[in-house]
Amino acid sequence: MVTSSLTRAPLIRARQVAQSVPDPELPMLTIADLGILRDVSVTGQHVVVSLTPTYSGCPAVPEIRADLVSRLAAAGFADVEVRTVLNPPWTSDFISPEGRRKLAAAGIAPPRSRPDTHGGPVPLTLVAHRPAIDCPACGSADTERTAAFSGTACKDLYRCRTCAEPFEHVKEI
Amino acid sequence: MGFDTAYEAITEEAEDAGHRWAYGTGFTDPLAGVNTTIPPGVDGGDLAAYCLMLGDDALIMSHRLQEWLARAPELEEDTALANIALDLLGQARLLLTRAGTADASGRSEDDYAFRRDERQFRNVRLAEVADADFGGLVARLLVFSTWRLALLVRLRESADPVLAAIAAQGVKEVTYHRDYAAQWTVRLGDGTDYSRQRMEAGLAAVAPLVAELFASTAVEDRLAAAGVAAVGAGLRPEFDAVIAEVLTAAGLDWPQAGGLAGVSGQTGRDGVHTEAMGYLLAELQSVARAYPGATW
Repeated sequence: MVTSSLTRAPLIRARQVAQSVPDPELPMLTIADLGILRDVSVTGQHVVVSLTPTYSGCPAVPEIRADLVSRLAAAGFADVEVRTVLNPPWTSDFISPEGRRKLAAAGIAPPRSRPDTHGGPVPLTLVAHRPAIDCPACGSADTERTAAFSGTACKDLYRCRTCAEPFEHVKEI
Repeated sequence: MGFDTAYEAITEEAEDAGHRWAYGTGFTDPLAGVNTTIPPGVDGGDLAAYCLMLGDDALIMSHRLQEWLARAPELEEDTALANIALDLLGQARLLLTRAGTADASGRSEDDYAFRRDERQFRNVRLAEVADADFGGLVARLLVFSTWRLALLVRLRESADPVLAAIAAQGVKEVTYHRDYAAQWTVRLGDGTDYSRQRMEAGLAAVAPLVAELFASTAVEDRLAAAGVAAVGAGLRPEFDAVIAEVLTAAGLDWPQAGGLAGVSGQTGRDGVHTEAMGYLLAELQSVARAYPGATW
């Protein structure tokens, strides 16, 4: 029998390694910052990492899996299983405060909190709304959305009317 | 990491030889690690057939949207349509994989997408028809996403927890698709005389394909009784209300049109498709059929 501190040491190490894996499409964030890393467990030599994709079509999941397996192998964990967790689905609310800070520092406006729309029909948005998204370059609130979709599914495009800088914003979903 | 912009970070990452950046084949099972046990009282064959219907709708609609890449009127619309197509492709991958686990056939998403013939596809015909122009696309996407959102909202409560989880994620995605199509319907309908004509022509082209969305097959009726499926007819009031709200804002009327006839009463859900479907599949499956098992 090993002591509890010894059994916990590999778990802490595996968790540290998993938490450090960057997201391929938002590489300034780790998968922990993004809130897609749901759990890490270690049973004997077997490591199980649970992930929740951001969007159904997120093409980065195979890359993240490969990265997790290779980084954990380098840290001495040869037997790694990556599981998909679909429930509860990912929401932009899962992005950590640290993740939001890193997004803003990289010029990407972080998401606001998501309105609670669970249950019932989803309201239609007919008029392109103008929510207060602060410009990550100059801080002005005088910004406008220029497109509902951007280079990745999780972002839309804005323009600042004060400093004229175009910028991306992580959508609230 | 201290990068000034996302682009610096990407460049830095790409220079790291330990990272792979080419997205290609070799996709892993999108349901890896998910408990795919069939709930008690649910017929696995029926569940598989239902997931194929919803998965084929998404796959075929996604393919049609991908045809707009580099053809949309503005770069922003190219990007939007590509993202909508990607969301639907992701939903298709999950649903087709769920079908293969539900009937215990072990068939993969690729088996379903690339190695079935036209008569085996179960998508509604609305998903497969080609768009005459951007107005036609907007009309088709409006109808498709309004119907699919009403369906997915209800499937969040499905007795199959896998289907419920796929639907819960899909609701958030299709909400954006519907808003996009609705806002364009208003811009075109309430725009110039010409844009209005194109939008009216688009609505006239899709109207005959709407009735099929709300007919239900025996499989759907059985699964609805088991709490797994949402039956088409129950979605109609919500669909009609949303379409009416959009058309009122756009100053447009819904065209009067009879439903497009099937063959001996059979339509898309029975594997009976329009002429467009064979051409679509020829392109969708060309690489997989020319180079079986190819990877890159």
